[in-house]
Amino acid sequence: MNRSFKIDRKFVPLLATVGLFTIGYILGAIKYPGMARPQTFFNLFIDNAFLLIAATGLTLVIISGGIDLSVGAVIALTSVVAADLMENVGLSSLVVMPLMLLMGAAFGALMGGIIHYFKVQPFIVTLAGMFFARGMAFFVSLDAITITDPIYRSLSLARIHLIGKAFVSVHVIVAFVVLAVFMYLAHLTRFGRTVYAMGGNEQSARLMGLNVGRTKVMVYTLGGFCSALAGLVFSNNLLSGHGLYANGLEMEAIAAVIIGGTLLTGGVGYVFGTMFGVLVNGLIQVLIIFNGELSSWWTRIVIGLLTLVFILVQSTFTSWQRRQAGIRPTRKRSDAVATTSDGAVVPDTPTS
Amino acid sequence: MAQSNSLWRRFTTSQVFWPLVALGLIMLFNAFFTPNFFKLEIKDGHLFGSLIDIINRGAPLMVLAIGMTMVIATAGVDLSVGAVVAISAAVATVLINPALGNTLIASDKLVENVTATPLPVVILAALVAAALCGLWNGMLVSRGRIEPMVATLVLMVAGRGIAQLITGGQIITVYYTPYFFVGNGYLAGVPFTLFIVAAVGLFAWLLTRKTAIGMFVESIGINVKSSFYSGIDEKNIKLLVYTFSGICAGIAGLIVSSNIKSADANNAGLGFELDAILAVVIGGTLMTGGRFSLLASIIGALVIQSMTTTMYAIGVPAMAAQAVKAVVVMVVILLYSEQFRTVINRLFARKEVQS
Repeated sequence: MNRSFKIDRKFVPLLATVGLFTIGYILGAIKYPGMARPQTFFNLFIDNAFLLIAATGLTLVIISGGIDLSVGAVIALTSVVAADLMENVGLSSLVVMPLMLLMGAAFGALMGGIIHYFKVQPFIVTLAGMFFARGMAFFVSLDAITITDPIYRSLSLARIHLIGKAFVSVHVIVAFVVLAVFMYLAHLTRFGRTVYAMGGNEQSARLMGLNVGRTKVMVYTLGGFCSALAGLVFSNNLLSGHGLYANGLEMEAIAAVIIGGTLLTGGVGYVFGTMFGVLVNGLIQVLIIFNGELSSWWTRIVIGLLTLVFILVQSTFTSWQRRQAGIRPTRKRSDAVATTSDGAVVPDTPTS
Repeated sequence: MAQSNSLWRRFTTSQVFWPLVALGLIMLFNAFFTPNFFKLEIKDGHLFGSLIDIINRGAPLMVLAIGMTMVIATAGVDLSVGAVVAISAAVATVLINPALGNTLIASDKLVENVTATPLPVVILAALVAAALCGLWNGMLVSRGRIEPMVATLVLMVAGRGIAQLITGGQIITVYYTPYFFVGNGYLAGVPFTLFIVAAVGLFAWLLTRKTAIGMFVESIGINVKSSFYSGIDEKNIKLLVYTFSGICAGIAGLIVSSNIKSADANNAGLGFELDAILAVVIGGTLMTGGRFSLLASIIGALVIQSMTTTMYAIGVPAMAAQAVKAVVVMVVILLYSEQFRTVINRLFARKEVQS
């Protein structure tokens, strides 16, 4: 692993994102003085806390070589079920919250289990999971449910003052705890190394004697857990639950992960980078709001283009790395071959 | 099941068998639980009934599934079809809108039964826009060598933004009656959409089965590298299938916008990409590429559509119906999974029953 802190070329996408965000924010702050206020900066985190949590879980899934499309749907399902349990069943939020996290984790474990034991593509399984979760949300309630639970409300309104009057919500703290835990998991544990190895090449990982099956189920379980947590944060933010919430969020989360420097083919990526992916996403929205003339649909176009740019940067970088590794770049390589030779795990070892 | 009868055997082992079984089960369910499901009547010289509804409503999905089948057969996937549907619908309606290029226009003129552009030009423009989208995907996949899922994701995210840019963020309503014929018209008592599906299907069938292209597509799906070494122009074949998928999405966009007489950049074709992929998967084409069957995919699309219609008929809310759809689709996919069959076979081994 990369213990040395010399600037490696594999950090280039990550540094590009950090640079993009910093420069973008500074330029924005110069043009619109409102953006220079600390609260505007903190709002970026407050508004995107749920996305950060969901994208963090997704990062690990993508590094392992999989994908989770059910993120947005699980957020919606969690918000509805939590609201229903609190309002219509009358459970305390202290009971409901752990229950929701358990539900998300179980849902993720189920998908991971199907992916691993029945060898169905993650894409298809989580796609079905997405339909299922969103559909179930509407079985629970067709209309939005407002949450009146006092503890839940006080959690939502709690302000943690950092600089002067500027504050963050509890959600931001939760998001950062999740981020820290996932950074620890990904970079400092055996589990994390297995995830990277799997993403680099699953077959080699298996031949190395790594427990690929358990790790895979675990990754999706954590993904489901994060989605459920993001759902709680989301519903806590709005104090309501509805099946239409977070529609299309999975794509935003995937874009954030890619912009954060994670390779969608797996094996390469940083949990930390995802935070900047999310921030760039938020920054574009803030800039459009401050501009006031551009329509909100520009957000999608810019995010799409940014994703493309990062993918192109990464594919150039991967082919550069392959050349460095001493593998002759054959003109037409199948994707399967390409994935064996890249990877953060053993960047300098030629594979053929 | 299969005995000496070789025709029956060929049928049960063919790709269309399981999708047909699924369709049959849904029809059986309807025969018991949905009154008047099979009732067909003739009103004003047109056929009416739930079955006709399924075909009519399922037409965009069937067209999409045809394009998607070829993409998936090359071991790719096209996530952008939903967005391309929105773009094509936006282009068509904007060109028809009498206010084209003229923002200050009296509202009574807006609702007139006229078009700003001749209809053939409208249709051609929408299809060209869709083909360009497909070409863009194809370029990214074949020339940029980006993974198909990622490459098409870009347009999926950006496409709806582009569609809104075209419509100016408004839902554009069409009042030009000849355009309605595309999605609502009847020809010889049968919905016109059925003819569109047949034409697209026939074209795709001729393209893949009467030329070598179909074999090339399957070969690329099975092994890109060896296809390349066998002298197959894998880049241009990929370019072709993505462009074709784009055109199919364009046709679907025309049908959708004509059917609802408007274009909503946010909601036109929402979730279509998923339905189209599921239709292909139900049709037995593997996501890993290789052997494909256009007919099986069309039946797969019908399975999905009839499932949806059935659930509406028995009163499941539209959004909640997704959950049931997901479960059914998951079961179908599991049945295709080798591992699952092994487990089932082991369970039933003593009873000597085949799963």
